[in-house]
Amino acid sequence: MNSYLLKRVMVLIPVLIGMTIIVFSIIHAIPGDPAETILGQKATEQSKQALREQLGLDKPWLQQYFNYMGDLLQGDLGTSIRTKTPIAEEIMPYLAATLELTAASMLFATIVGVNAGILSAWRQNSWFDYTAMIIALIGVSMPIFWLGLMEQLLFALKLHWLPSIGRMDQRNPVESITNLYIIDTIIAGQWGQLWTVIKHLILPSIALGTIPMAIIARMTRSSMLEVMNSDYIRTAKAKGMSQFLVVYKHALKNALIPVLTVVGLQTGALLGGAVLTETIFAWPGVGRYIFEAISARDYPVIQTGILIIAFIFVVINLLVDLLYAAVDPRINYK
Amino acid sequence: MKKWSSLALAVTLGAVLTLSGCGGNNKNAGTEATAGTNAAATTAPESSPDAAASTQDTLILGRGGDSASLDPAIVTDGESLKIAHQVFDSLLEYKPGTSEVQPSLADSWEVSADGLTYTFKLHPGVKFHDGTDFDAEAVVFNFTRWSDPASEFKFEGDSFDYYDSMFGPDGSRVIKEVKAVDATTVQFTLNQPQAPFLQNIAMTSFGIASPTAIKEKKENFKNEPVGTGPFVFTEWKHNDSITLDKNPNYWKEGLPKLNKVIVRSIPDNSARFNALQNGEIDLMEDLSPDDLSTLEGNTELQKIERPPFNVAYLGFNFNKKPFDNVKVRQALNYAVNKQAIIDAFFSGQATAAVNPMPPSLWGYNDAVKDYEYDLDKAKALLAEAGYPDGLPDTVTLYAMPVSRPYMPDGKKVAEAIQADWEKIGVKTVIESPEWATYLDDTKAGEKDDIYMLGWTGDNGDPDNFLYTLLDKDAIPGNNRSFYVNEELHTILINAQKETDQAKRSDLYKQAQEIIKADAPWIPLVHTTPLLAAKANLKGYVPGPTGTEYYSEIYFE
Repeated sequence: MNSYLLKRVMVLIPVLIGMTIIVFSIIHAIPGDPAETILGQKATEQSKQALREQLGLDKPWLQQYFNYMGDLLQGDLGTSIRTKTPIAEEIMPYLAATLELTAASMLFATIVGVNAGILSAWRQNSWFDYTAMIIALIGVSMPIFWLGLMEQLLFALKLHWLPSIGRMDQRNPVESITNLYIIDTIIAGQWGQLWTVIKHLILPSIALGTIPMAIIARMTRSSMLEVMNSDYIRTAKAKGMSQFLVVYKHALKNALIPVLTVVGLQTGALLGGAVLTETIFAWPGVGRYIFEAISARDYPVIQTGILIIAFIFVVINLLVDLLYAAVDPRINYK
Repeated sequence: MKKWSSLALAVTLGAVLTLSGCGGNNKNAGTEATAGTNAAATTAPESSPDAAASTQDTLILGRGGDSASLDPAIVTDGESLKIAHQVFDSLLEYKPGTSEVQPSLADSWEVSADGLTYTFKLHPGVKFHDGTDFDAEAVVFNFTRWSDPASEFKFEGDSFDYYDSMFGPDGSRVIKEVKAVDATTVQFTLNQPQAPFLQNIAMTSFGIASPTAIKEKKENFKNEPVGTGPFVFTEWKHNDSITLDKNPNYWKEGLPKLNKVIVRSIPDNSARFNALQNGEIDLMEDLSPDDLSTLEGNTELQKIERPPFNVAYLGFNFNKKPFDNVKVRQALNYAVNKQAIIDAFFSGQATAAVNPMPPSLWGYNDAVKDYEYDLDKAKALLAEAGYPDGLPDTVTLYAMPVSRPYMPDGKKVAEAIQADWEKIGVKTVIESPEWATYLDDTKAGEKDDIYMLGWTGDNGDPDNFLYTLLDKDAIPGNNRSFYVNEELHTILINAQKETDQAKRSDLYKQAQEIIKADAPWIPLVHTTPLLAAKANLKGYVPGPTGTEYYSEIYFE
């Protein structure tokens, strides 16, 4: 198991290097002069030229790449061209905001998705099964942008149940320690604010979590159906075991393994999909950070931002693989 | 462990079933709805006007983007300057709602007869937010920082663009020397007279910063600005919010009226409007014209119009044939139905543009007549130019991919124009690459035949429209038409040196006539940008340049 872990971690290195090369070449293939976009239409030609030289943008891109990698290896994540602040310093709050949103979305997607899938399989071909699968079908094809605005319209504007934007009530701000506001409010023991923070999380995490929820529901259902038809379940039923125990104790354990993969993959996908949700809900996350960097041709931020997301993605996949072993002892890594 | 996980799942299952109402239990949803409304009434005081409105002293403003930096000297973007405007005072300022100059940190000033020496008397007893004194030395420090290329307070990556473009780049500086005569007197000596000098000095970019703070904070000053303004910078959460607190020692009596200003970045226009309607913000910028009717139907909200101080236009690329031919340019001018465009895409919040500068600006030439919408004249002109059957090649029309205050939806407007031109035999293909590419391409002038762009004035001077956008000196740069007219150039340069405003005004009027005849552009519209606010918000005077004083705002 340990050597497997080591091997898996070693594989990450070439993956990440490959990632940097791809990202770097794509970014430099996009037309658009960073100096122009950063300094704006109103800046003088001299200052644009000075900026290009200072950023090394006049050098060949291969040289720029090696400079970038050299800095990276020394732990320097680069400096944002637009704000002139080191990215390592700048990115933490964005990352925390996205992690909080992604975690809430996956929690929603997994709890609702898995249970809907189980129930659909348990009561196959019932009205619940049909309704759930139709909802799942709509869910997969739902544009996040539209769903987000509709949620705001209904739950914020019409019903006044929930806030429509942001992470907290600005009139009563949360003091950030870890930048994960749920944790911050718990540390501070401010339960009222914890509730406000949760309320701010609900709409965006439903918007972001709907697609994975639908995918997980369908996956769970088919996986459960397969297991439910196997011999040992029939034996369990024959022994007169209660339906609930059969489904939730015996069948679920084995059905969950493929579901786990989907959950892992979807979590990674969410990191990328967060940009739309973050825009609609004015959520100051890493998706928007990178998006704004792309519009400003802020090369270092784009590179480092994507690299960090890629890193999280591969780490999540690694964790999923390791979890397999914990869930299913038959899986052998020798 | 496995038992535990199954149990946890069972519990969550139960929870989900109860919460979801298991596929639409209407009765259940109904009771939840009433409970929800009650909860909203108690937890959202802003929805009950009498409870909170009378005591509200915090303003939450929603805008489309974040600031790039809070040091006004190193930025040129409106979103950055907007915040700096609350934290810093300049020697002079614009009278709210106009582009007229009035005293600020300088109480009065004297100009020498030759127009080369300006002596400012400073307001005594003003303090920076860090408690240090504002005096003549502080003014000298700031101007030296901006003009000296070797200044140790010019930090890595900084460039003082507005200083360079308003007072000339290094090597041809307008300001020769800034000298502290005594603590409250500061004297500027110029190399040559500059007509819009006072107009320039009043710009937010030349807000006076605390020298002590710059020396102490160094690079970090751009994140923690210290000025003398009505609000003190408190916190900046990037891409989220900027918090400003009242400056209790502000030197202007009775100001600011608010206790706190929070400026939030909400990129999506519809989401921002939703947040305003839901009471999460009090004031929003850049309302979509489409949302105007919703706004007007809501008695709890009010519409605020920013005076039109911009121009949206189509520019011809003189590097491309046949757009170097004035008859072709005039023909296409005749073939644009501006009023139809305004009615269709601007909800009436715009006026047809005749000249390259807005009518509210001094020096505007009322006598210039527009090329009115007349397809027969357009066809006749095309025939005169040698194209009786319309243009032989398809024209590449660049339409803006982003929404701007002067052009909310460039692509739709381009489609309308495309249809108009089709009628005179001019076929167009609309291209709309991503914004950075768009700016690059139009500047290079190789791909576009005709491009769409616009401009918002910076400083209330015609020079900032005519010279900046249409002089041959602005190639490459803002003159993306590559339009060169020597006579126009002479007039614009003379106007820069002239100090008598009446004479300058005449020169600019001449310039507008020349431009109209040459038709390097099709001026489209001057828009009235829309803002929306709570009905009880008072004292907000929208400024033409897009920078407003929040110090006068209060809630009724």
